[in-house]
Amino acid sequence: MALEDVRDVALAGVETAGREELVVNIGPSHPSTHGVCRVIVHLDGEVVTKADPVIGYLHRGIEKMAENRTYLQVVPLTDRLDYVGSMYANWAYCRAVERLAGIRVPERAEYLRVIVCEMQRIASHMMALGSSAADTGAFTMFVYAFDERERIIEAFEELCGARLTYNYVRPGGVSFDVPDGWTEGVLEFCRKHRGALDEMDRLFFGNVITRKRMKGVGVLSAADAVARGASGPVARGSGVNWDLRKHDTYSVYPRFDFDVPTGSAGDCYDRARVRLFECYEACRIIEQAIAQMEPGPIHTPGLPRLLAPRPGDAYDHIESARGALGVYLVSDGSVRPYRMKVRSPAFCNLALLPFLAQGHMLSDLVVILGSLDPVFGEVDR
Amino acid sequence: MNIAEFREHLCAIHPELCPLFSVEFGDGVLTIEREGFHQAMSDLKDLGFDRFTMVTAVDRTAGFELVYRVKSRSMSAALFVKCLVEREGPVIASVVDLWPSADWQEREVYDLFGIIFEGHPDLRRILLPTDFEGFPLRKDYVDSTVIRRPDYI
Amino acid sequence: MALIDRLGEALDGGQGGGIILSTLDSLVDWARGKSLWAMPMGTACCAMELIAASFNKFDFDRHGTFPRPDPRHTDVMVVAGTITKKMAPAVKRLHEQMADPKWVIAMGNCAVSGGIFYYDTYSVVRGIDEFLPVDVYIGGCPPRPESLQDAVLRLRERIATESIAPDRKREVALLLPESSGISFGARLGTPSSADVTDSEGDER
Repeated sequence: MALEDVRDVALAGVETAGREELVVNIGPSHPSTHGVCRVIVHLDGEVVTKADPVIGYLHRGIEKMAENRTYLQVVPLTDRLDYVGSMYANWAYCRAVERLAGIRVPERAEYLRVIVCEMQRIASHMMALGSSAADTGAFTMFVYAFDERERIIEAFEELCGARLTYNYVRPGGVSFDVPDGWTEGVLEFCRKHRGALDEMDRLFFGNVITRKRMKGVGVLSAADAVARGASGPVARGSGVNWDLRKHDTYSVYPRFDFDVPTGSAGDCYDRARVRLFECYEACRIIEQAIAQMEPGPIHTPGLPRLLAPRPGDAYDHIESARGALGVYLVSDGSVRPYRMKVRSPAFCNLALLPFLAQGHMLSDLVVILGSLDPVFGEVDR
Repeated sequence: MNIAEFREHLCAIHPELCPLFSVEFGDGVLTIEREGFHQAMSDLKDLGFDRFTMVTAVDRTAGFELVYRVKSRSMSAALFVKCLVEREGPVIASVVDLWPSADWQEREVYDLFGIIFEGHPDLRRILLPTDFEGFPLRKDYVDSTVIRRPDYI
Repeated sequence: MALIDRLGEALDGGQGGGIILSTLDSLVDWARGKSLWAMPMGTACCAMELIAASFNKFDFDRHGTFPRPDPRHTDVMVVAGTITKKMAPAVKRLHEQMADPKWVIAMGNCAVSGGIFYYDTYSVVRGIDEFLPVDVYIGGCPPRPESLQDAVLRLRERIATESIAPDRKREVALLLPESSGISFGARLGTPSSADVTDSEGDER
């Protein structure tokens, strides 16, 4: 039954002369907005006629702060951008600095970066899947997914001492080499994680409530996904086969054999399913990277603590769990960046919300918002 | 397609854009005057640049340099487009009609730099509160509540 | 004014009411301290640790602390994350909506002092104590979930000193003659200022 029919049946026999638009404010502190998002929703009955997201409740001015920090001191700030996937912002920023200063990174450091970023992808997707499951009422899935995430956080803690804000990827390399037995632990995790993913697939995606809540909700066509700037799992859920790791490749990704999972329907279900399959691919990449990694230096030798790149500007990007994360840096030749701009995928994906939510029920709005997986540290910066 | 090939391709189709093309840090850069900016962007879109990655501004003392980055999936090429606007009353044509994804990004640049995008459907503050005064990412922005970090490097 | 406050006032003023009052206080403080429902005011990175604290590994429920994202059901507001000038009015309003008695835990350096966002930024409130009465501060960027649990235990100690009568503090420390040379419950006296728990990982 189409939404218009639902409304007509519900309103059959009701006097409609006095109908008026209802404006509902959701947020900025609401459990299903995944942070501090406020959405002003205009409703006709229970159907959304217009959704206007109000963001900026976590705008901390990181881009301005970076102008008064040295290149190395900016790295901890990038941790706080995307706090579900701190490694990505670290890496994107360091790639931009390395391009600007012409630094070559040792091979082992590149492998370590790939390993931690793929682990971060699993952790981030577990959070996204779990919280969007909680939005549809499947809290069990949230607990299962969080359990998997916790194991990765523990591995990161063993690697660099922090649970969330790692400050691990630095310009010219990484901060620590792996401790003894760490890689074996990661391989063991990958092996077990596949079983957990199979279980989640049955538990959540096979569930009839999930299918009814997510299938056909928030449909984004492939053409719209490209035109409206969607990237990452949001674009791939619509069938856009576009992954920077594969199609605009960087670092050592060409050496790995992996697939880019894509959806077809472009609804919330496909976007969530793409995230699940990306976890399988991330496990494959981690295993290959650990097998190929050879001993060697983890940091460019002789790199000064105070970098002063020549004047100019550089942009570099990586594929984060949310999409194309880019950092644009302008140098004026001093030890501090003249300007830093973060091209945030969560910001661009969240801009789709008014387009996707229109014509859906109010309860579907939170499902759509969850399927876009915004992290507000990165949206607002 | 590498940058040299792309340059030939561009020069063959749009000879008027050819002298504006340069290469910096391995990226193709197209520096355009404010007049005819929208037409040039429209040409680029017809050329196959279907993805609009980002727009931002850099506060050069002479004025604001707008930096656009567009990308083509078919040619697998990325291109920077730069355009300098004057400091007093900065105005530039909006590209929302070409790439709908520019909508929020132009609002962000307006919010932080105060650059007016002509033809934008809904140009208002996005990150900062609506009653915020000034444009914080300008270099001459002063705020008495801000504490400067001591210079101990 | 709630009934219990009026009862406290009456007992405090009445003849011999002090004994009943202190017995009643210990019961009320025990009940309040053992079921601190938390209002998770998570905005940034610390919110992830706040969620982690409630989940399987750390299991916040065993302390009687249960996250409930509704101000009217909760006793303690855990402010986890950076509060910007745009967000501050919303936080203040949510705090006002909570029923008395209510407490506030400032979790993480950003909520304590602005933390890494103290300098150079135009949009961050430097510490939520600029507009909220904070009871317990937790340092760390972000603090570990264990620190949050420790903060709840500290808050429970603090609650144990409160009385239902206005302007009265409950003495928890065992009263012994000074000559006996034994002192009990030194930490349980009336705290003059808010307790501060330390945690490793301070970035400043």
